[in-house]
Amino acid sequence: MAEFALPKNSQITGGKTWPKPAGATEVREFRVYRWNPDDGKNPSVDTYYVDVNDCGPMVLDGLIWIKNHIDPSLTFRRSCREGVCGSCAMNIDGQNTLACTRSMHDVKDGAVKINPLPHQPVVKDLVPDLTNFYAQYASIEPWLKTTTPTPQKEWKQTHEDREKLDGLYECILCACCSTSCPSYWWNSERYLGPAALLQATRWVKDSRDEATGERLDNLEDPFRLYRCHTIMNCAKACPKGLNPAEAIAELKLKLVERQI
Amino acid sequence: MILSIVHRATGVALYFGTLLLAWWLIAAASGPSAYSYVQGFMGSFLGRLIVFGYTWALLHHLLSGIRHFVWDLGYGFKPNERETLTWGALIGGITLTVLVWIVAYAVGGGR
Repeated sequence: MAEFALPKNSQITGGKTWPKPAGATEVREFRVYRWNPDDGKNPSVDTYYVDVNDCGPMVLDGLIWIKNHIDPSLTFRRSCREGVCGSCAMNIDGQNTLACTRSMHDVKDGAVKINPLPHQPVVKDLVPDLTNFYAQYASIEPWLKTTTPTPQKEWKQTHEDREKLDGLYECILCACCSTSCPSYWWNSERYLGPAALLQATRWVKDSRDEATGERLDNLEDPFRLYRCHTIMNCAKACPKGLNPAEAIAELKLKLVERQI
Repeated sequence: MILSIVHRATGVALYFGTLLLAWWLIAAASGPSAYSYVQGFMGSFLGRLIVFGYTWALLHHLLSGIRHFVWDLGYGFKPNERETLTWGALIGGITLTVLVWIVAYAVGGGR
């Protein structure tokens, strides 16, 4: 059921302002969501000042600088630092995106405000619990399903058929789209969300896959697929420039087409 | 997202507007006194404001509905197309509403 207010134990209260780095000539203010599961306190927003001249340009560089120089307890996920792994997805300046590809200089005046991905359980600080998200990805069975005997070499595909996967295979499952979607916020236990549905489209459109009908059967459900109301937040959020809304529309079209 | 919410809100407002329309039709069928009472209310400033709002809700929901229809057919998903459709529905709805009322006042003379 939709919740419009935060539960009492999730309301943000106070926060610590850390001292400005000594000797820094140019600093950027970072306001970062903090929550520690072990201290029993409500979440807070801490203020840090990053020495811009001692730090890379991206928001992730700023977070790593804070962790190294100010507060080693600041917790966030990161790995590839170049927009390939999807680990550092978070809400920056009100927009879900990857901290590693968003320049702190593109965040307009004032503080760089950083929160975890919206409407997910928080493990600690900027780390969301994506268990449900991954389970939904698993539920669309993201692997090649065939009934014909496996060929001696690889499963072949024409260049044209391969091109149909463009705009779908690039998804890195960072969860920026799904966690930006109001339908997903209200119904994440039943609605698959844009990321899983874009992946479903990727397998439905794969010329080598032989379980298209079965895949579409699994999607034909008022919640799993049809909670998408083309709100378009997903397409706006995707840091890889993909279009989950369009992928979902293709699925809906395929479901209609097979009935006529 | 905001225009998606506006689409919903105007859809809900249409239920209310349809009730007004039903009230007007029932009054017209009931006789002159009931009809003139409803006409009096609709002609008042508040009544006109509500009918103006209903006109906008109807036209906005219509244009926004066409926008969703285009998307359901699989078109208009590129960022610029998406923005054009969305702003088109918003501005088109307001423009058409004002036009309808200008025409109504020109023809009806503000009765």
